Amino acid sequence: MAMKLVVIGAGMASGRLLEQLFEAGFAGTVTLFNGEPRGNYNRLMLSPVLSGEKSYDEIITHDDAWYGAHGVACRFAEQVTRIDRERKVVVSKGGETPYDALVIATGSAPFIIPVAGKDLPGVCTYRDLEDTNAMIAASTPGAKAVVIGGGLLGLEAAAGMAARGAEVTVIHLMGHLMERQLDPSAGYLLQKDLERRGIRVHCKGATKAILGKDRVEAVLLEDGTVYPADLVCMAVGIRPEVRLAVDAHLEVARGITVDDRMRTSDPAILALGECVEHDGQLFGLVAPLYDQARVLAQTLLGQPAAFCPVETATRLKVTGVDLFSAGDFADGPGREDIVFRDPGRGVYRRLVLEGARLVGAVMYGDTADGAWFFDKIRSQEDVSAIRDALIFGPAFAAGGPAANPLAAVAALPPEAEICGCNGVCKGRIMQAVEAGAQSLDAVRALTKASASCGSCTGLVEQVMALTLGDGFRTATNPPMCRCTDHMHEDVRRLIRAQGLKTIPAVMQELGWTTAGGCASCRPALNYYLLADWPLEYRDDRQSRFVNERNHANIQKDGTYSVVPRIWGGVTTPAELRAIADAADRYGVPMVKVTGGQRIDLLGVKKEDLPAIWADLNAAGMVSGHAYAKGLRTVKTCVGSEFCRFGTQDSTGLGIRLEKLLWGSWTPAKVKLGVSGCPRNCAEATCKDIGIVCVDSGYQIGVAGAAGMDVKETEALCTVPTEEEAMEVIAAFVQLYRENARYLHRIYKWVAKVGLDWCRAQVVEDLASRRALAGRFRLGQSVSQADPWADLSAPKERSQWAPLADLSLEAAQ
Amino acid sequence: MIWIDVGALEDLPRQGARLVKTTAGCVALFRTVADRVFALDDRCPHKGGPLSEGIVHGDQVTCPLHAWVFSLETGMAQGADEGAVRTFAVKVEAGRVLLDAGRLAKQAAA
Repeated sequence: MAMKLVVIGAGMASGRLLEQLFEAGFAGTVTLFNGEPRGNYNRLMLSPVLSGEKSYDEIITHDDAWYGAHGVACRFAEQVTRIDRERKVVVSKGGETPYDALVIATGSAPFIIPVAGKDLPGVCTYRDLEDTNAMIAASTPGAKAVVIGGGLLGLEAAAGMAARGAEVTVIHLMGHLMERQLDPSAGYLLQKDLERRGIRVHCKGATKAILGKDRVEAVLLEDGTVYPADLVCMAVGIRPEVRLAVDAHLEVARGITVDDRMRTSDPAILALGECVEHDGQLFGLVAPLYDQARVLAQTLLGQPAAFCPVETATRLKVTGVDLFSAGDFADGPGREDIVFRDPGRGVYRRLVLEGARLVGAVMYGDTADGAWFFDKIRSQEDVSAIRDALIFGPAFAAGGPAANPLAAVAALPPEAEICGCNGVCKGRIMQAVEAGAQSLDAVRALTKASASCGSCTGLVEQVMALTLGDGFRTATNPPMCRCTDHMHEDVRRLIRAQGLKTIPAVMQELGWTTAGGCASCRPALNYYLLADWPLEYRDDRQSRFVNERNHANIQKDGTYSVVPRIWGGVTTPAELRAIADAADRYGVPMVKVTGGQRIDLLGVKKEDLPAIWADLNAAGMVSGHAYAKGLRTVKTCVGSEFCRFGTQDSTGLGIRLEKLLWGSWTPAKVKLGVSGCPRNCAEATCKDIGIVCVDSGYQIGVAGAAGMDVKETEALCTVPTEEEAMEVIAAFVQLYRENARYLHRIYKWVAKVGLDWCRAQVVEDLASRRALAGRFRLGQSVSQADPWADLSAPKERSQWAPLADLSLEAAQ
Repeated sequence: MIWIDVGALEDLPRQGARLVKTTAGCVALFRTVADRVFALDDRCPHKGGPLSEGIVHGDQVTCPLHAWVFSLETGMAQGADEGAVRTFAVKVEAGRVLLDAGRLAKQAAA
């Protein structure tokens, strides 16, 4: 008779167990109970869901179809209330379900600190999708959230809510963040990084009470500090969920006691996951749980297997924060430290040696070599021979080429673990690639490498790159292009630090591997040099994309479109006549009004461009830069001049802003809007920079988008006068010009550096604002020349025509 | 071969291109950073993009429409893309650019 298997809990551990069973051809029937009203999803990815980087649908690991295909009887949203060991049944509200074998996978429950107010509405934990959704709902811009607990989960919750615009405070009992994984120095760097993102951190803070009448209002600490809060998330730890086991009189210590084969004290009942205790140890990270799933599956199938916990490494899943820790790094007799610091780059590395062996590693800021150190810890090999250069990682210690970031991965042996969550080693990934998996998705599907928490994605890609050679491009944190190993940010930094002022100089000094770069890096370098050395660098037209080189937009048939600047969207009958005359004279097939309050002449032949420009110039019009990574339009409404609701002269301000900003080159296009009142007829709140006028002044918002992504602007500041608004905007644009990577729109850049950082530079720090605005004006002193006038000059005209016309001669 | 003088080398921008109109369509003349000159059809086999408006890097050009990369020497598409552009013989003598009209004429006739 087929075995009747009952599983309590549909989490990641039991999900992996079922996969293993079905892969091995398990012939029994499975009934799966789950307290949550859904099946298994990737709990590790709740943080990206919280921050908005992923949706719930993307993190489902087993859907209804999967359960259906494998004949699993799903009993979701149904709690098992009792186990009757004598009659071998479990009891739930649906009645009794008999089992031959029972698996308890009830996981863990968040620890609730026993303080007054802990049950108020607005207090949540961080465990499942309901908690995540509660935090998403509460994280409206400006809402105040307090996270109690500065460990892995607490910090991911804090970063996620902050990413959604909430003002977040983290209260941590210990002296530094993540004290179980990090030493004080790395904890300090982490705190600084979080504070730069606008997250307040309060260490050595003991929660005394949660205050509030009908719902949470504030958190009171023992030292008397009060933090106002619309939401409180408790993330102070977890404890095994063992109630069913205790009631059934199974042997329970802190967790349900299991042997090497994952059996409890009742041989018909097995357990795995966060609810078990093995050899005195509890488990919270996913890698050992997956190992338990494998062992338990083999036990059920009657195969020999034994669970043997191994070292695990930790990474924090907060976008932009890079930390790694593995092994044991507490001080102790016979232990020695090797420490490396580079405060300028925010890099910290600490290795802990015991005798000739590496026992612990903490890395912050640059964790590329983490896997290599982790491998040294696990292999317990004698490192005394390479101790001199050990801290610099495999590139030096293993004698490899120093400048190659792939060297660290190349130096790993095939059995080195790459994906800790799924226990996938380097050799397995290489096999998968050699068997035809050419993309990251294919490798994930075949090996599960990087398919859980995803933090090893970069490593997996590097292994793929090594195996595939030149045929592979990485997707995350990639170098600028295939001509260099440097990332955009590094190139910008080095251009300034080394005073590099020409494209050839950059390529020479930074070790470009190609002779003349490529179509990807050359425009970026040209922009970086223009932005950094406005008075010295001469624009390289041949390093521009066609539209910027020809100062017009190429169309699919090779003709161009011509858009003159119409300042603030305000034109005159004379200008309109000149545009109409030009359209007639050059046989323009389409005249179209654009979304940016201008007029587009479409279908102009290349050789006619200088002439049509000259005609428009003669009527007083200049290029609208509709083709440029630069200022495009400033859209306005009519404002107080005509509109009965207008509070300020929005049209006039728009024109003045356009006159201030036109001609400047920026990393990507920049569009502005100015609305005269909060009715916002100029749609200013989805622009790169948008101003909404109010009675008391000017609300400046930035980082909006209305293209592939749609996003509302975020409030930068409100200022009382036009002059101040113009200076803040000039400073903000300059900050963007100096710091963003090429082709990143403002909203992408702000998401990376944080609005608070921008605000500190251009709003709060007046000296910084003035300096930025000053540098912007300096750049404008040379960039505000109409390119159409320059290029339609008689000596330039010949270049727009063919070099020779042989069609006439041949026809004769 | 019938060499036709189509212009001065100095009229070709370094890392740039100029067009020559012929009865067989437009031919793009490219000049590399090392002053080598190449002649190719000004038509990307992908969607007809004008290669003369692409960015020239090394002995290659990237099409301005969808970034296909071609070898100026062989006309072959590089990387994962498949396709080729016709090439024409061209040489520089005494600062003048000479294009082989024989091949052009043959194509016009064909």
